[in-house]
Amino acid sequence: MTSSTIASPVTGPDRPDRPGWHGFVPGPWTDGIDVRDFIQRNYTPYEGDAGFLAGPTDRTTRVWAALSELFPEERAKGVLDVDPATPSTITSHAPGYISADDDLIVGLQTDAPLKRAIMPNGGWRMVENALTTYGYEPDPVIKKIFTSYRKTHNDGVFDVYPPYVRAARNSHLVTGLPDAYGRGRIIGDYRRVALYGVDALIAAKKLERAELDLQRSTEDVIRDREELAEQVRALGELKAMAASYGADISGPAATAQQAVQWLYFGYLAAVKEQNGAAMSLGRTSTFLDVYLERDLADGSITEQQAQEIIDDFVIKLRIVRFLRTPEYDALFSGDPTWVTESIGGMGTDGRTLVTRTSFRFLQTLYDLGPAPEPNLTVFWSDRLPEGFKRFCAQVSVDTSAIQYESDELIRPAWGDDAGIACCVSAMAIGKQMQFFGARVNLAKALLYAINGGRDEVTGAQVAPVSAPVGGEVLDYTEVRAAFDQLMDWLAETYVDALNCIHFMHDKYAYERIEMALHDRVVLRTLACGIAGLSVAADSLSAIKHATVRPVRDESGLVVDYQVEGEFPTFGNDDDRVDEIAVELVRSFMEKIRRQPTYRGAVHTQSVLTITSNVVYGKATGHTPDGRRAGEPFAPGANPMNGRDHHGMLASALSVAKLPYDESQDGISLTNTVVPAGLGRTKDEQVGNLVGLLDAYNVSQGYHMNVNVLNRETLEDAMEHPENHPQLTIRVSGYAVNFVRLTREQQLDVLSRTFHGGL
Amino acid sequence: MTTGLPTPRSAAGHHAELAAVRAGQLGRVHSWELVTGVDGPGTRLTVFLSGCLLRCQYCHNPDTWAEHDGMPTTLEELVGRVRRYAPALRAAHGGVTLSGGEPLMQPAFTANVFRAAKELGLHTALDTSGFLGRHATEALLDDTDLVLLDVKSGLAGTYREVTGRELAPTLEFGRRLGERGTAIWVRFVLVPGLTDAPENVEAVADAVVSFGTVQRVEVLPFHQMGRDKWTQLGLPYPLADARPPTAEEAETVRARFRAHGLTVF
Repeated sequence: MTSSTIASPVTGPDRPDRPGWHGFVPGPWTDGIDVRDFIQRNYTPYEGDAGFLAGPTDRTTRVWAALSELFPEERAKGVLDVDPATPSTITSHAPGYISADDDLIVGLQTDAPLKRAIMPNGGWRMVENALTTYGYEPDPVIKKIFTSYRKTHNDGVFDVYPPYVRAARNSHLVTGLPDAYGRGRIIGDYRRVALYGVDALIAAKKLERAELDLQRSTEDVIRDREELAEQVRALGELKAMAASYGADISGPAATAQQAVQWLYFGYLAAVKEQNGAAMSLGRTSTFLDVYLERDLADGSITEQQAQEIIDDFVIKLRIVRFLRTPEYDALFSGDPTWVTESIGGMGTDGRTLVTRTSFRFLQTLYDLGPAPEPNLTVFWSDRLPEGFKRFCAQVSVDTSAIQYESDELIRPAWGDDAGIACCVSAMAIGKQMQFFGARVNLAKALLYAINGGRDEVTGAQVAPVSAPVGGEVLDYTEVRAAFDQLMDWLAETYVDALNCIHFMHDKYAYERIEMALHDRVVLRTLACGIAGLSVAADSLSAIKHATVRPVRDESGLVVDYQVEGEFPTFGNDDDRVDEIAVELVRSFMEKIRRQPTYRGAVHTQSVLTITSNVVYGKATGHTPDGRRAGEPFAPGANPMNGRDHHGMLASALSVAKLPYDESQDGISLTNTVVPAGLGRTKDEQVGNLVGLLDAYNVSQGYHMNVNVLNRETLEDAMEHPENHPQLTIRVSGYAVNFVRLTREQQLDVLSRTFHGGL
Repeated sequence: MTTGLPTPRSAAGHHAELAAVRAGQLGRVHSWELVTGVDGPGTRLTVFLSGCLLRCQYCHNPDTWAEHDGMPTTLEELVGRVRRYAPALRAAHGGVTLSGGEPLMQPAFTANVFRAAKELGLHTALDTSGFLGRHATEALLDDTDLVLLDVKSGLAGTYREVTGRELAPTLEFGRRLGERGTAIWVRFVLVPGLTDAPENVEAVADAVVSFGTVQRVEVLPFHQMGRDKWTQLGLPYPLADARPPTAEEAETVRARFRAHGLTVF
């Protein structure tokens, strides 16, 4: 039974008097928790252009300037400050302010800006390593607690990993697993806090509990009851945390400022308690627009004040920080938090979901300058209003800070109130969550298949023993069959790992507040992923269309490949190889689907690497496509650098062939184009970028990161980072401050194709 | 099947091939690309046809000079590609550009490709030196929305020096386009010491103004990225020691065009 059928938590004789709701059109949302219904009945689509926007106020500029002074020190030290002695909870820290006088939207993770907290529930070792790295002494009492008395997620997982999983993990065949840190990628519906107030949310959860109490106490029901109890407790703590800032959020927000503040408190509670890999915000701009429009209409705020509220909110989102280790940063570089906000799109009724506040969020990139967070993500459709399309393209040309996802693919799959978690993972807000599963290294798996399950670098037997592929020239049919068999084992091993991880994460690091802002019955997805797709596809293409001679060492291990002749490569809209890539995606997904999942999660996969394409490449030997050992893979679903010869759109159209139905956790494509490659004038550049995005959209392309940059700018930033503190570039699925990337990653970015270079 | 000796069938095949070329059913294609912001408005499918009679000193695609080096491509095959990209090209407010080489070396093929593109509702652009302008039939020009006209020099002597051919046919073609109202984007490659003489630039400007339908002039600074191709083909590269113009030099030339009331990039 879903929560939508539960008797209303918010009905009652006092309903017409609920002061927060004056002027709103009632509907099912007034009888039960239904934020989408509220939006649909109350929002004002905006079809105009950016002309109405206001710039930053002096206050905004002042606050941002005060913060900006702290960034150089943070960048130099890695962290500005840490509280090593207080495990973070929703209420663990005293209130903190950037400026108690100036903050319009209040609340920090700890008692001071950029001061990081420890969150040991994920794992003590990660906390200890991070503290030691940055010169802080771990608190002995805390250490004792989390190593002797309180088991962590990390401990739990390693108690139950089977040997094959450990072997696959140690050999970097399966990498980036959230087994030592928070899994993230769960989006609380933070809008509920503003629309209903916490008391109504607690009442609703209590009704859900009453319903569970009527069921027999089986394992599943017991777990649900315990989780509900935790959720109710977390909601109480949320109220207490807000009260420490002087806000009573027991009832609905009554003004735009309150709506933003209430919503932010909900989000803040989540990032105080969870160091999740991605802590995304959801889809808030059009929801908040209803409040802003109401206040604008009755004259209680001006456009400038409306913008100022959004600017201050975004300032807070920009300084979300987690304590992480350098190894983690090597995998996910630039200290990302993936505060992803999904903007725009079309409703199922054909009206656009673009509002003035969609513009206001993007305007923050001008008011405060470019920044990687929040990860502003536009749901693109060729049917979006022209004025919005042009503004998005203009922001991309000016800042390279936003990414695009296909509203035309997301809406049919997950509805028109979906948001992106992390980079490309779409989910219905408040109704769906995912078990984040990182990814397997498909290119390395191919090498294992050729080598009978042995590692091409160490020679160790990792996968089960099988017959190595023989002969002086590799035979496609034989290699493909061996790869298929290897992938069967890989899918099994991989899903086993994920089931262990998520069982333990639910048990030892449960996301109380985020799940309190979900329906009781949620759709869970098991988000698997693949990396190295273009390397694997090109390698198979080489074996199929050219002559590939394996080079074996004295033990018979294939350690290199000699390629003779030409072969088609992924990224040229050439079916001879693109179909190999499509087939790999389909076949691995099919193998994943055969595996049983924890909590009955629905299997999905992504073609996404984040920035780990560099470390995956490092851990992978020579490949049959001619790539040398250690060289980075292409990011996400990108074609390999320099192998796409027919322009950016042709390259994108190869990627667009990868079926979304078989990779519902998203397919990531990152493109860099030089400004002159888009047109002669700014107006032309904007128009042509709109055209490119439309073209990709109508061709079933899913995701595109767009960087509009000159190579010289990046080279200068490597030499003189101090001159480019806000230079932002899109990498696979998120954005980073370029100057915060490792040198290796900077060089990787520079080595990639810059389209339209003359 | 055996190979080696010529057979009567191959002679017949050769004859059939020539007939197909004349009918514009078979072309010689160097390469294709989807490009944005160059070669016409929006994002375009630009197809480079093989074969050119000019031998421009600064040519950065000398591998397109010989028609027989191109890949034999049937009209059906190329139109199939145009059709595949048509929705994307329409969405991107782009179209099809035929470039080269010199597309008017294969006028029937060019005309047929443009006819098909127009039937698909696509914008068409012809990238040509104009030297073979007389090969362009009225039917072809009816299907041509834009001509990217390379005016390599405004003085007959300099034109001969740069290209090895005569200037007059280009001017004649430009006037013809003007008379029939066909839009033109003029391209002028600026090579210090070769095409940058003020009187040469003035002559180009005077000529293109007289066409009457020139919407923009693109001054393209010479670059050395074509050098490798000359070396690979074993050709002596006359501009091996030439340098690209400075930003100021390019701007001076642009200003000269602008003084004639032209839109210049």
